[in-house]
Amino acid sequence: MAAKLRRIAAVLSLVAMAALTAGCSDKIVVLNPKGEVGKQQLDLIVISTLLCLIVIVPVLIMTFVIVWRYRQKSNSKAKYRPEWEHNSKLEMIWWGIPIVIVAILGIVTVRYTHILEPSKPLASDKEPIVIQVTSLDWKWLFQYPDQKIATVNYVQFPANVPVRFELTSDAPMNSFWIPQLGGQIYTMSGMAMKLHLIADEPGEYMGMGANFSGKDFAKMQFTAKATTTEEFDAWVKDVKRATPKLTDEGYEQLAKPGVVMGTMEFSDIPDGLFDRIVTKYGTSHEGHSRPSESSEGSEHPEHPEHSGHSGHEGMDMDGVESAVEPTQVSAHQH
Amino acid sequence: MWDNIKDFASEFFVTGDPLIYGADVAIVLTVVAIVSALTYFKKWKWLWREWLTTVDHKRIGIMYVIASLLMLFRGGVDALLMRTQLAMPELDFLEPEHYNAIFTTHGVIMILFMAMPLMFGLFNLVVPLQIGARDVAYPFLNSVSFWLFFMGAMLFNMSFVIGGSPDAGWLSYPPLSETMFSPGPGQDFYIWGIQISGIGSLMTGINFIVTILKMRAPGMRLMKMPMFTWSTLSSCLTIILAFPILTVTLALLFIDRYLGAHFFTLDGGGNPMMYINLIWMWGHPEVYIVVLPAFGIFSEIVATFSKKRLFGYKSMVFALMSISFFSFFTWAHHFFTMGSGANVNAFFAVTTMLIAIPTGVKVFNWLFTMYRGRLSFPTPMMWTIAFIPCFVVGGMTGVLLSVAPADFQFHNSYFLIAHFHQVLIGGVAFGFFAGLYYWWPKVFGFTLHEGIGKWAFWFWNIGFYVCFMPQYVLGLMGMTRRMNTYGWDRGWWELNLTSTIGGFLMGIGFLFQVWQILHSIKFFKKAPADPWNGRTLEWTIPSPAPLYNFATLPRVSERDPFWEEKQRREKGILPPPPPPLEPIHMPRNSGVPFVMSAFWFVAGFGFVEHWTWMAIAGLVGVAASMMVHSFNYNTDYYIPVDEIKRTEAAAAKGAV
Repeated sequence: MAAKLRRIAAVLSLVAMAALTAGCSDKIVVLNPKGEVGKQQLDLIVISTLLCLIVIVPVLIMTFVIVWRYRQKSNSKAKYRPEWEHNSKLEMIWWGIPIVIVAILGIVTVRYTHILEPSKPLASDKEPIVIQVTSLDWKWLFQYPDQKIATVNYVQFPANVPVRFELTSDAPMNSFWIPQLGGQIYTMSGMAMKLHLIADEPGEYMGMGANFSGKDFAKMQFTAKATTTEEFDAWVKDVKRATPKLTDEGYEQLAKPGVVMGTMEFSDIPDGLFDRIVTKYGTSHEGHSRPSESSEGSEHPEHPEHSGHSGHEGMDMDGVESAVEPTQVSAHQH
Repeated sequence: MWDNIKDFASEFFVTGDPLIYGADVAIVLTVVAIVSALTYFKKWKWLWREWLTTVDHKRIGIMYVIASLLMLFRGGVDALLMRTQLAMPELDFLEPEHYNAIFTTHGVIMILFMAMPLMFGLFNLVVPLQIGARDVAYPFLNSVSFWLFFMGAMLFNMSFVIGGSPDAGWLSYPPLSETMFSPGPGQDFYIWGIQISGIGSLMTGINFIVTILKMRAPGMRLMKMPMFTWSTLSSCLTIILAFPILTVTLALLFIDRYLGAHFFTLDGGGNPMMYINLIWMWGHPEVYIVVLPAFGIFSEIVATFSKKRLFGYKSMVFALMSISFFSFFTWAHHFFTMGSGANVNAFFAVTTMLIAIPTGVKVFNWLFTMYRGRLSFPTPMMWTIAFIPCFVVGGMTGVLLSVAPADFQFHNSYFLIAHFHQVLIGGVAFGFFAGLYYWWPKVFGFTLHEGIGKWAFWFWNIGFYVCFMPQYVLGLMGMTRRMNTYGWDRGWWELNLTSTIGGFLMGIGFLFQVWQILHSIKFFKKAPADPWNGRTLEWTIPSPAPLYNFATLPRVSERDPFWEEKQRREKGILPPPPPPLEPIHMPRNSGVPFVMSAFWFVAGFGFVEHWTWMAIAGLVGVAASMMVHSFNYNTDYYIPVDEIKRTEAAAAKGAV
């Protein structure tokens, strides 16, 4: 079923290509996904489009036919019934058709909403790789807690391995979007969102900051690079060997508003930096910031898979809760 | 001293941008021209007596229409500036800050200062005439509403030459809109411009609900009301439930900014996401507020130009009311990507889809109104016919966006931009244009040149598709909204250039409309009372409508009273002679609404600049105006029978 739909999608995108862009369906990234999540989202786009077309196409044809047939002309043979204003049977039909379509689409949507919940881990026999994403004014910081490295404005990970993005912001809200791998999620300060994606094949994918965040928002684009596992390991080693460390002070500098032209790498990251970014605003009040010692010494939290599934998948903040007094976080829970 | 003044001026005024200096010069020249023309032709008294102090719903309606067309010009120029900047990759036509300010003001102006007042203008011009009333329920309040809107709009528009425009997006999401990231006065202009005009909107909502419920002509039961009146009622009900949310939300944001509270700040326990929820609890109903009256307009026009009764009247009423109701339960579909969890997203996805049902039914009913009719296609009908496919496709992309997990791929992209422009231009703008063309002869007493109107129509329509169809594809290509520039390597420039060309075609369409109006004023052609072979009460009275609308109040016993009467006349059945004329009770003009709104403007400006003395002075002025009005007992008068007779005779002579 899904494969068939994907073929239909390919055909549709071919048509779109022919009609609109004369030559390059590769550029229509949403219709050309390279990851499981993006593919399922494309399936859903195709299903919903087809369901809508069931109503739309006849309506468009009817509009044309009716307007043409009943236009005023001197020798019109078309019927004219100026008093005709009601027909229960007909009206039942056009209340009924959209109700049926919406019911089907609703069921499909509800199912997919649960399947594609971004905070849900992807089924895979491989351990997911964890990447902590922070949107800053106006650049992206990616931290690899397990590899203890960091990058700016590009992110690299092995293909065919699930990636668990943990997202926050140390600036106005942004949105993290790699169209070819799957849909976006907001990066918001004071909370760690989760987004699970996977790349099915190596490649360089466009990454966008999708939510307006001030002056140089348009510069908040990044590259998501999926490589083989070996290449990824070699890359980590390279970064470890040949680049400077990210320190707390270095982060402060990086977080200041401004644009980073090109990319950066760091061979080390301070312990618990991501958690400190997440909790920074939850606890500060005009300078009365929480002493940073409290989270020092706590290793980067293991990612207990249990915590995401206690009924509210969305804004869970596992690994953060332990470090913060509950009252201070409560504002960000439901 | 001189240095102090220079320092002050360089902060007070926006400096450094040649486009803005150009605008400064244009503003000064326009003001000088208006002032000298009024002085030269000795029109100041006329302006004050006939317009600034009027409480006549028709004149207020005309002022709304003029103001909103000016705002359409401003918002349109904003749009074309943006499209010029995006026409090619890596252009430096606009600085990032300037671009950000322009998309912010474009959105705010088009929704709040163009669509809303144009809608209120049509309410004012049409509803009392359609229900056989002599004015709205609260004529004085009506004038207050208009002037509050006007002063709010002026305050907002001033920001681009004084202090700097807001630049945090049309809904001003915090934390970006908080002092921490937007320290300048732009956001405060935004807040106060909208607050002041928002009070006006709320009062208009109340006014028209009461007017429709209490002032219908004898015999016009609710289920005999014209469809535009029904749509006005549903829109106003939505207004009075939605606008208080906006007022409270912006008030909280202002308290954050002015007094340092922490409702929506990053630190101190503030919750920016709460603002996003609240603003969309108003924002989503808002789009239905503006589109429902457009549905009403189309219903009137389709029936008139099909020479046939509106099909499925009861379904139509039920659809309008259910859209109003469901519009309050869909707000979270604007941020599925906030990650509220699968259940929340599923709920809001389904409620959003539900709205497609009544909307779809309305489309079928319009089609079946035309079915077995006799269609003619003057400009109002052309806009209506163009609306149907445009809105159907826009509605379909709306349903696609409502599918929550798919929305993760559409959200904040140009796909979304294309969608809402398609429903707002194809639905709201086309609808209001259709309405303006339809009722123009009744309002102004002269007809518009059809030929130029058709040129405008085609430029608008072709321009629309050339502009927005490529944007759907751009969205699927990953282009996100609000980017001020993009690289050559993205492969987006061909479609962007196409889109820009389409934008300019619409601009040409607008110029044609201006030309059409000017041309028709110059070659004045008196409009008959019933130019379209109309169906409802407004076409029974002379064009333009006399001050008191109806010399004697009509009696209604069916849905299309005028049409039915004409049918009976053809069969030789004459209506009973009208009852004898009686003196007509009318409201007296008042300068208080204008003065009070001017004080609101002063207070708003004081708050914006954080000049507390000025804010207090303004508010004292507002309170004093209210006191003055509450001690004024001379608020009404009677038009004597002689004068009515004279007016009616003159109108009858003019019509021949």
